[in-house]
Amino acid sequence: MNAEIRQIKTAAEQGLADAFSSVKAKLPGAAAVAAMREKAFATFEARGLPHRRVEEWKYTDLRALMRDAKPLAQPPDAKARAQARQAGNLAGDMDRRRLVFVDGVFVPQLSDLAELEQGLSIRPMAEALAQGDPLVSAHLGKVIETDDVAVALNTAFMGDGAVIRIAAGIVVEHPLHLVFVTTGDRPVSMFARSLVVAERGSRAMLVESYEGPTGVDYQVNSALELVVGDEAHVDHVKLIGEGGDALHISSLMAAVGARARFNDFTFTAGGAAVRNQIFLRLDGEETLARISGASLLKGRQHADTTLVADHAVGRCQSRELFKSVLDGESRGVFQGKIIVRPDAQKTDAKMMTNALLLSETAEADAKPELEIFADDVVCGHGATAGALNEDLLFYLRARGIPPKEAESLLIQAFVGDAVEGIEHAGLREVLMENVAAWLAARG
Amino acid sequence: MSLLEVKNLHVEIDGKKILNGLDLTVEKGKVHAIMGPNGSGKSTLAYVLAGKDDYDVTEGEILFNGENVLEMEPDERAAKGIFLAFQYPIEIPGVATMTFLRTALNAQRKARGEAELSTPDFIKRVRESAAKLEINPDMLKRAVNVGFSGGEKKRAEILQMAMLEPRLAVLDETDSGLDIDALKVVADGVNRLRSPERGFVVITHYQRLLDYIVPDVVHVLSRGRIVKTGGKELALELEASGYAQYAGEAA
Ligand SMILES: Nc1ncnc2c1ncn2[C@@H]1O[C@H](COP(=O)(O)OP(=O)(O)OP(=O)(O)O)[C@@H](O)[C@H]1O
Ligand SMILES: [Mg+2]
Repeated sequence: MNAEIRQIKTAAEQGLADAFSSVKAKLPGAAAVAAMREKAFATFEARGLPHRRVEEWKYTDLRALMRDAKPLAQPPDAKARAQARQAGNLAGDMDRRRLVFVDGVFVPQLSDLAELEQGLSIRPMAEALAQGDPLVSAHLGKVIETDDVAVALNTAFMGDGAVIRIAAGIVVEHPLHLVFVTTGDRPVSMFARSLVVAERGSRAMLVESYEGPTGVDYQVNSALELVVGDEAHVDHVKLIGEGGDALHISSLMAAVGARARFNDFTFTAGGAAVRNQIFLRLDGEETLARISGASLLKGRQHADTTLVADHAVGRCQSRELFKSVLDGESRGVFQGKIIVRPDAQKTDAKMMTNALLLSETAEADAKPELEIFADDVVCGHGATAGALNEDLLFYLRARGIPPKEAESLLIQAFVGDAVEGIEHAGLREVLMENVAAWLAARG
Repeated sequence: MSLLEVKNLHVEIDGKKILNGLDLTVEKGKVHAIMGPNGSGKSTLAYVLAGKDDYDVTEGEILFNGENVLEMEPDERAAKGIFLAFQYPIEIPGVATMTFLRTALNAQRKARGEAELSTPDFIKRVRESAAKLEINPDMLKRAVNVGFSGGEKKRAEILQMAMLEPRLAVLDETDSGLDIDALKVVADGVNRLRSPERGFVVITHYQRLLDYIVPDVVHVLSRGRIVKTGGKELALELEASGYAQYAGEAA
């Protein structure tokens, strides 16, 4: 440890420590998993909740944001399950296979597990941990090694989630939709952990959505580890539609093989404070990864996207595009780091973030970084922030379009630019409907 | 009642005087041409009529069908029937031309208390108007003005005008950038809309346009004022002698 001696614990840190000692014996998993939890918890204990002097968290002071630790959510009772029946509408009514997690626990009755295609296997994480599932033993905590404290807390407390394997060459026809819903009127915390392994040449689309009640300051810490095999093609879309008072942290850890395609999109409209972390490593050559997202924030919402794209090998392309629309006193943060390792020659990486400020009191922070250790690469990044273009607004209004509608057209165009990158047409439409609904609610 | 009455209009931008007591009256059914040197204030007049708020109107008034336009927002003016074909139409990436046209048309109808146009009716109308203006249907699939050539942008302005059927159309150098054939197509588009109820203010540098859109009245605008008004022969005179004789008059 360095010289920074940990000060006295905050209430939240103390709460987490108490919670861990009281629940750890009941959390799923045998000795190996328990050891993993202990190790992860020790990382948290040593470092505490990240705060603004921790570079990776400088715009999202979790120590200040998280005033206390909420009790771990209890398995859903009949009422909670009933409340969750309508969940997942964020993704519209497209054809998909729903895997529903209520208050952090898999609910088979609400999920579509029937007639799994050949080569697709799905099981709950809690069960996989308890039974020492070999896929979990092989990959859990190993896809991307990180000492990030939010991920460490997730590992320490992980309860349920999905474990999905898509065998080599299998094409999963409908999107797999992981629906995470928090219910109840008392604040709880939920730690979901999922693992998806898409083997060589397989193809699948994953959707994660998060929702819960407004008026309850619940906490979600979710993590997904994703292995995209050589020549596989995976699309991943995350919809963060948490209730208005929720604290949401989610982490994606993805390792992508050679000649693969990986498209990732995060849509954030809900939550009081959101931290969306993406740790991506390109492990095989000639892969194309597109990492993008859009946040629509108002009131006092805060959303932070922090991305590390690690080009470990050469000849890959990565494209990062993040848009935020910021109204009221909201704050949108984008931190993106592209790492190009010494051997990653012929890397082609471009990162862009644009913020649209709809009010004088909204704030956009951007910190794009390139760490390039190879010489024969094409890399670039850019960041813009600004208000709607007055000349464009005037043109629309001169045609009779009232100001709010004119703004809406331009905002939809702004967000649409990122949404266009999603390959699934139905989901593109659903997202644009979500954008339209957000705009309509803006009044 | 006159369609448009501009009285003693004084306009500044950032403290710089641009229009200095401009008077202009347009009757229903008439086509007025405004000519004048670069920088004399023609586009400024057009923008002020449409309601661009970069300009400060320090004196004077603008009445449209007797109503005070200066108190109206740009979209209200449009719904009342004022249309400006921009000298430099701008590109609006990400906003589809069809969406834009439909939103504009329906917003105006709504403001006037009329029913919205159904999608099939709307599409039919766009197609017909586009065909008359020889606009390639592929252009309608793109975002507003994005990737259009200079001439295509001008045609698209006239398409918008044809769809929106304004009461007063102000065309700011719609002819510049058009080839000879396009000029005729656009002029035909304007002429088709001429009616006893509708007025036009056609701003141009070239008398050639006025061979196709024959004006009832021609004005010379210099240094922020109308310094001469005449019939269509005035345009021919200007073509021959230029603006030198008017340059000092407005000072
Ligand atoms: N936004 C602005 N800021 C500063 N000056 C402006 C602005 N808009 C117009 N002006 C000035 O006002 C004067 C009149 O401009 P305007 O565009 O109205 O001229 P015009 O008669 O349309 O010229 P042209 O024939 O070149 O189109 C010019 O001197 C111009 O530089
Ligand atoms: Mg001009």
